[in-house]
Amino acid sequence: MEPVTKTETLDIEGMTCASCASFVEKALSRTPGVQRAMVNFATEKATIDYLPTQATPATLREAVVSSGYGVVERAPDTSAAERSAELDRQKAAAYQKLKRRFWVAAGLAVIIMPLSMLMLWPALLAHVNMQWLNYGLLLLTLPVLLYSGREFYTSAWNGFRHRAANMDTLIAVGTGAAFLYSLAATVVPGFFTSRGLMPEVYYDTTATIIALILLGKVLEMMAKTQTSAAIKALMGLQAKTARVVRPDGQEVDVLIEHVQLGDLVVVRPGEKVATDGILQEGRSAVDEAMLTGESLPVEKVAGDPVFGATLNKTGSFRFRVTKVGTDTMLAQIVKLVEEAQGSRAPIQRLADKVSAIFVPTVLVIAILTFVLWFDLAPVATRLPLALVNFVAVLIIACPCALGLATPTAIMVSTGKGAEHGVLIRSAEALEKAYQVTTVLLDKTGTITRGEPAVTDFVILNQDARRVLQVVAAMERQSEHPLAEAVVRYADAQEVSNLSASGFRAIEGKGAAATVEGQTVLIGNQRLLSEAGIPLSPELTTQAGMLLRGAKTVLYIAIDGQAVGVVGVADTIRDTSAAAIKRLQAMGIEVVMMTGDNPQTAAQVAAQVGISRYFAEVLPQDKAGKVKELQAEGRTVAMVGDGINDAPALAQADIGLAIGAGTDVAMEAAGITLMRSDLHGVVTAIELSKQTIRTIRQNLFFAFIYNTLGIPIAAGLLYPVFGWLLSPMLAAGAMALSSVSVLTNSLRLRAFHPHQAA
Amino acid sequence: MDAAEILVTLGGSGLAAFVLWYFFLSARRTASAVSASGGLQEVDITVKGGYSPDVIEVERGKPVQLRFYRDEENSCSEELLIPDFRIRRDLPAFKTTLVELLPQQAGRFEFTCGMSMLRGTLVVK
Repeated sequence: MEPVTKTETLDIEGMTCASCASFVEKALSRTPGVQRAMVNFATEKATIDYLPTQATPATLREAVVSSGYGVVERAPDTSAAERSAELDRQKAAAYQKLKRRFWVAAGLAVIIMPLSMLMLWPALLAHVNMQWLNYGLLLLTLPVLLYSGREFYTSAWNGFRHRAANMDTLIAVGTGAAFLYSLAATVVPGFFTSRGLMPEVYYDTTATIIALILLGKVLEMMAKTQTSAAIKALMGLQAKTARVVRPDGQEVDVLIEHVQLGDLVVVRPGEKVATDGILQEGRSAVDEAMLTGESLPVEKVAGDPVFGATLNKTGSFRFRVTKVGTDTMLAQIVKLVEEAQGSRAPIQRLADKVSAIFVPTVLVIAILTFVLWFDLAPVATRLPLALVNFVAVLIIACPCALGLATPTAIMVSTGKGAEHGVLIRSAEALEKAYQVTTVLLDKTGTITRGEPAVTDFVILNQDARRVLQVVAAMERQSEHPLAEAVVRYADAQEVSNLSASGFRAIEGKGAAATVEGQTVLIGNQRLLSEAGIPLSPELTTQAGMLLRGAKTVLYIAIDGQAVGVVGVADTIRDTSAAAIKRLQAMGIEVVMMTGDNPQTAAQVAAQVGISRYFAEVLPQDKAGKVKELQAEGRTVAMVGDGINDAPALAQADIGLAIGAGTDVAMEAAGITLMRSDLHGVVTAIELSKQTIRTIRQNLFFAFIYNTLGIPIAAGLLYPVFGWLLSPMLAAGAMALSSVSVLTNSLRLRAFHPHQAA
Repeated sequence: MDAAEILVTLGGSGLAAFVLWYFFLSARRTASAVSASGGLQEVDITVKGGYSPDVIEVERGKPVQLRFYRDEENSCSEELLIPDFRIRRDLPAFKTTLVELLPQQAGRFEFTCGMSMLRGTLVVK
């Protein structure tokens, strides 16, 4: 077999030149167990492939240090939070600047507008020198152009140099044309009057368009910050410090970055769990809603995993750190959501294609609009009409709304999913989930809890509590899953502890022991019959009933007398039936798949209201069952929790890994449900439906707006109704378009998962 | 048709043709700015109204570090998307943002701004 290598990355300190790097590289390569070492001088990182049987991260560090360089202890990645804080600061500053630019433009536009409309009052106009008025307007417009609107022009120019045209190109060309025309009319009015034209100016158009576009940007920025609010909130949940118990028993508060694997950490009631680990001492109820969406606190005892960022409610406990930094559950969730937000939904492809050719196409349409108006309009008004329509086409055609339609909806809904314990791995998965017609559920661990539990404890003619005490004392010695089920049952009944002696497991049959002088046997029927212990007719009846209910039956004998039977079964989760009912109500067929015999399968299916099921499915055949359903023309969502479900999860149109499923299952699934609860499936599908609905609305608005807006702005309605679109109205509509798409996406924040009563 | 109309028609048609040629048909500057050290392929990209270079050739199977320097404050370029690698990153103005990825398959992978107006291509060979 190929030896398994591991890869370690170290941050190297103290390298001053490329030869230092090769020196460190050699030192590492010579270390026993190292297969390959690469040192990058520029990034100051060493990447080492090594055999974990022969080398450890510690020996690799030693090799670097002994070669004369240092290894920077890699801080667990809190830098993500810091980076985001830095970004926030930058964005806040940019927002302030944008607002200033908007207010300057708006303030000046408010003065420019009435001054431009003096011609509406001829009496007033008689007292004003037009020439001077135009110069005055020019002076007022210049700051709007050079301060408020400067970014549009530089951006358009930068884009032009890259042969890329963006929305700024349209605004720059539109407002630029209106301004230059006005400038000419102001400076050389004689050129116009000599050709029978009024030297009209459009300073109000220029200023108002810039002010309105900036208003749109201000609103857009406000809304955009909210689309990523969920992920920010998640990142902000991490604890800042941890109370670590030193080897001498002293408790010290340390920064979370300095917590190391294996540290013992104390958590008091009301405190956040600092990082991931295993509970060592104490017990408590922990609120894990932030990670799983589960609203009820989860009981934790020694041996249970605890997760960073969850909230300790009742008791105090200590846990051993098993994961820090980017390995923690919280960091993984954040990473998953970020990755999903970076992916592209197939529904977006059309919008993408349109965006890519949009601006140059609009430029051409605007030019043609200008030419046609110039050629067809009456000579006296042809230039102003051509100009106004040219500007209107450019301004209304902003593809912002198109570009924002899909990503903003995906951002909000993936964040929303994480809030409810539904981790969507890609936009594609989100888009696929709404098409699901059939949900295939793996029985064990999905519909059921996946572990045996005592369902019936029937004792005849004896003190049942006393028998349970005796049986539990004996079963505590056993490691058999059925014995564990009995012990859990006894613990839940809070029976007192007795001591057992002479425990022996009887392979394939059960176990025997002596408890307080009594001989106890517990196991299957063969165990009792081989010991020559007869069953009373009553016990036989009871056992028969349990067997018919597809339960495993354990028989108990004390001092050579059969006293009772225990029914053990993998119990159905409390929420399964309701969730399945909800899925069916949504018009989705629910199918069950299990390795159990048809009798047990039928029993479970009936209990949760499933009419179609596959029984005796071998693990390797699970993917085949998915294919079978797909061959029937169904879009299949597969829900499973184990490694053996991975091929089926991958084969399905959409795979949902449930609960703290294995990493393999999570890798193969498009969606991970943090909570072991089928309601997550309902939530995922409902969220997908709402998201797709939102995206469709967004795309519809964006396309309609542009496809209708451009011809109207070009003056297509003028010959029929005499309608022309004022460039200022176009600017207002444009500002509203992207804001309305964003607002529509933000409505997804109100999504609330359906909870069965 | 008077002289002005002929002039405007000719001028407009010429301009429209120029726009189409300039943005769609003219040859793109293909450049790969890769410097490899220690197996890492490093690419410096300036973001200013577009990506330069905007076509980047890298080798398959070796880690790639894209260093985006955003040389402007314009909000158009504030977000970077590489959907095939599931990457969405904010690019702070006048700062270098490192984006690391491992291309496993050959092909052309597009990277764009948040609204997919600015475009570049990562060509994996």
